[in-house]
Order: sequence, then structure tokens, then C-alpha cells
Amino acid sequence: MSAAQAPTIENFYRFCTERKLMGVACGECKKVSVPPRSLCPHCGSNEMNWTELPGKGKLVTYTVIHVSPAQFQELSPYAVGIVEFEKGARLPGMIRDIKPEDLEIGMELGIDFETTVPAEWPRWPRYFFRKP
Amino acid sequence: MSNPLATIVSAGVSKFGVREGLYARELFAEAASEAFRECPNLSPRKEIDGLFVGQMSECYEHQAHTAPMVADWAGLLPKPAYRTEAACASSGVAMRCAIFAIQSGMHDIVLVGGVEKMTNRPTATVTEYLGMASDYPFEQWHGITFPGIFAMMATAHMAKYGTTEEQLAKVAVKNHENGILNPKAHLQKKITVSDVLSSRPVASPLKLYDCSLISDGASCIILTNPKLAKKLTDTPVDIVGSGQAQDTLGLFERDEITAMNVTKLAAKQAYDMAKVDAKHIDVAEVHDCFTIAEIMAYEALGFCRQGTGGKLIDEDATKIGGKIPVNTSGGLKSKGHPVGATGTAQACEIYLQLTGQARERQVKGAEIGLTQNIGGSASTAVVQIYRRGD
Repeated sequence: MSAAQAPTIENFYRFCTERKLMGVACGECKKVSVPPRSLCPHCGSNEMNWTELPGKGKLVTYTVIHVSPAQFQELSPYAVGIVEFEKGARLPGMIRDIKPEDLEIGMELGIDFETTVPAEWPRWPRYFFRKP
Repeated sequence: MSNPLATIVSAGVSKFGVREGLYARELFAEAASEAFRECPNLSPRKEIDGLFVGQMSECYEHQAHTAPMVADWAGLLPKPAYRTEAACASSGVAMRCAIFAIQSGMHDIVLVGGVEKMTNRPTATVTEYLGMASDYPFEQWHGITFPGIFAMMATAHMAKYGTTEEQLAKVAVKNHENGILNPKAHLQKKITVSDVLSSRPVASPLKLYDCSLISDGASCIILTNPKLAKKLTDTPVDIVGSGQAQDTLGLFERDEITAMNVTKLAAKQAYDMAKVDAKHIDVAEVHDCFTIAEIMAYEALGFCRQGTGGKLIDEDATKIGGKIPVNTSGGLKSKGHPVGATGTAQACEIYLQLTGQARERQVKGAEIGLTQNIGGSASTAVVQIYRRGD
């Protein structure tokens, strides 16, 4: 994967296989977006360039899911949350290896990546959050 | 107050609930039959010239292309039929499209409704189907459910404003009290705050009784222009304001998750158009898909200040007889939430309230009503304002 790749969701997940958390920065307004996209949601510019995000961020909110869709029932209950890596760059995902009672808004979390590749679309490993 | 955008001359709602053995089209026909029966001056087959239907999903019945299907079962072929999809706001959006049709003059009298058949699938499957209205590659892919999305709003709202689980529970208790008075409601069951707090966890802090019901049902209204309305009924209800706004599909892409900005924007459009504000509203139906959503709706609609929705429910202000009664029908919580049917079902309740037909749950002297219908994690919001006609 190189910075020349198109700013697509599929390429975001390809970068995850290289353990890289990538967003796009707008060449005009400088704002960072994730998921990546070709049109800046803030100013409409087409000049979107890959930028690597810090691997650590702050927990914005969370929940522990008890009733899950069939494909996640083996994991249930599991924690999910939204982590802000830098202003405007937030991602949702599973939070692993932290007891629900220890979760707290504002706590620092790191991003990590699954090593196994699932057989379903989008066929890229998931990222997840854990203690940094 | 402004001129009407369009006028409701009749309304019909199917019984909501587990309607075993009935297809969506049959539920729609049940609602349409009631709307036709309640408007004896109208010849539906002859005079209705179009149909708008909101429906979320093809998955439940493995059935797409449902607009001609419900038009057929409502006896309206070969009139043009249009389907809108905006998740749980599908029929709220259908109403907007119908208003445009009436305003443009392209249609004179239309049937506008919504329908969803859901209970034929197991809960885990319904959870997955409803989740399809969230972002696939970032939310669904990571196991985030719809209750999970609203639970994350609740976690943040509680941390920022001190909203409590007891306050959320009181929304459920109130709406169940109202649902007991609505024979069309899915559940007629009194519950207590402790029942809610001790119900099983779905997505913390939300528990089973914080969640709306998985229901089958259909609803519809007959909409026309104010001039024709005079010939059809002595008890018209005018739609005097309508607003809609969109937000990101994923909750995570928003800077603000403790205020439902999209509802604020839609409400501002509707209030400005109607030339009223929150203090003029006598009765409202809001989208209580989860108890936290009703608290956030109070704030976004201006029924109270941002962050004080929990206090408003503590004061009993939104009960029937309170300052601003909300969800007199029982809401999605007790009346049920067949998702495509919800937007027009809210309009049906306001129609009954403003025409004095709401029986034991009647808000005395109600003249101005409001509905707020949201889709997904509030990626769509539709707000409409209604006035008792002359």
C-alpha cells in the first residue's frame, strides 16, 4: 500500500493489514477525515491525501452489548465505543480486554489490528481498541 | 399562523402487535380500510389519485417492489404508487413527498402510509435487519447494534448532563401508561420504574424496557389540499409546517452526540414555516425508539433546555394533563414500532387528538400538534406541525 492509493474504504482496511491507521487530510481546509473519502465533507475540495493517524486516542462514549446479531453471539456481551484519535477523526469499534466497570469516558485507548482475515466482505481484518 | 401545506381528512391504523399469519400488504389494507370508512364523503377508488408508502426493509418478507403491492391491496390500482425508505423515518419522508405532490398540484387526494411486518423473524435476525440502517463497514462490521448506538448516546448524555437510568425508566413507565389507553397499541401493560431497572440488559445502560417493541403494523392518512378537504370532512387537520434534515449515517462521524442536531434543524424549519414555537405545541408524538431518544427529543424540539430532558420527565410535564403531553398513543415503546409504519402512525395520533377523537387519552382542547420521526441513528429527522382545521 502506498500513499498513491485512492482514498477508499477498502484501502483504509488494506492499510489496517499493515497495522496502519490512516485517514485523509484535505489539502484546502486541512481537516482530517476518517473514513477516507474523495470529497472533503467540510469544504468540498477533491484534494484528499492519506495521513497516518496517531495509534492512541480518547474514549468518547461506549456501551456493553448484550443482545447481538447472530454472527457476534459467541462474543456477547462485548464492549464497543467511539475513540477520537484527533479532532474530527473518530472511529467506532470493539474494546477488548478491559472490564466493563473499568471503562470511562476520556480514558486513553490504543488501536490494534486482527491478524486473521475473515471470509466475508470486506475481507480485511478488523481494527479494535485496547489499553495502549 | 401560516397557510396549510396540505390537509388530513382521515386516518387509519391497524392493530399493532404480533400479527401472526398476516402479510404486510394485509396489514396495510386493514389501516387503509379504516381511513376509508372514516371518510364517508370520499370514493377512494375514484378520487384517490396516488399512494405514498414508507417501508424500511425487503428482508422480513423477502419482498421488494412493495408500492404496487400495497396499492393493489388498498384497491387503488392503477393509480401511481411511490415507496420511500429512510429506515424508521420511512413514512415521515413519505408524508413529505405527499405534501410536495399536493403542493405541486400533480396530485389532489393521496393515501400516505407506512407498513412493516417484523415478528416473523427471530430477535437476533430483526436486530441484524434493523442494524442495516447503520454504517456497514464501520458500525455493523464491528458488532455495533442499533440499541448499541443509542446506548452510546445515553452513556454520553448521562456523563455530560447527569441524566439517570431512573429518568430513562420514567419515559418507559409514562408511555406504557398511555398505551393502556390505546386499543391499537401492541402492549397494554402497566410497568414500574423498578421493572425497567431490573429488566435484562440489551446494551448498557439500556435495558429491555428502555427499548421499543418489535411489532407488525400499518398506518395511513388521507391527504389533500385545503379546498377539497372542505368537501370531504367537517373535521380537517392542516399540516402547517414541515421540516427535514440529514446527518452522517454513522454516529461516530458527528462531533456532537449528546444533542440531536438533526431534529433541531428539522424543527426549526417546521416551526418557522408554521410561525409557531415550542411553547405553542399542545401535544406531540416523538420518536422514542429508546427512552434516551425521547429525552433528547424534548431538548432538540425546545420543550426544555439542552441537558434538562431528564428533569422534564421528573416533573411529569410530558404526561397527559402535563404542560406538554408527549406520546399519548403509547409511543414506539408501548404502541409498538413497525418501523415503516411509525411516521404516519404518529400523524394518525395527532389527527385523533386534534379532532377530539382520542377518547381516554384525549388532551383537552388540543389545537396544535407536532410529530418528530427519526431514521437510523437520527441520520434522518422529519418534524411536522399540525393545526386543527376550521
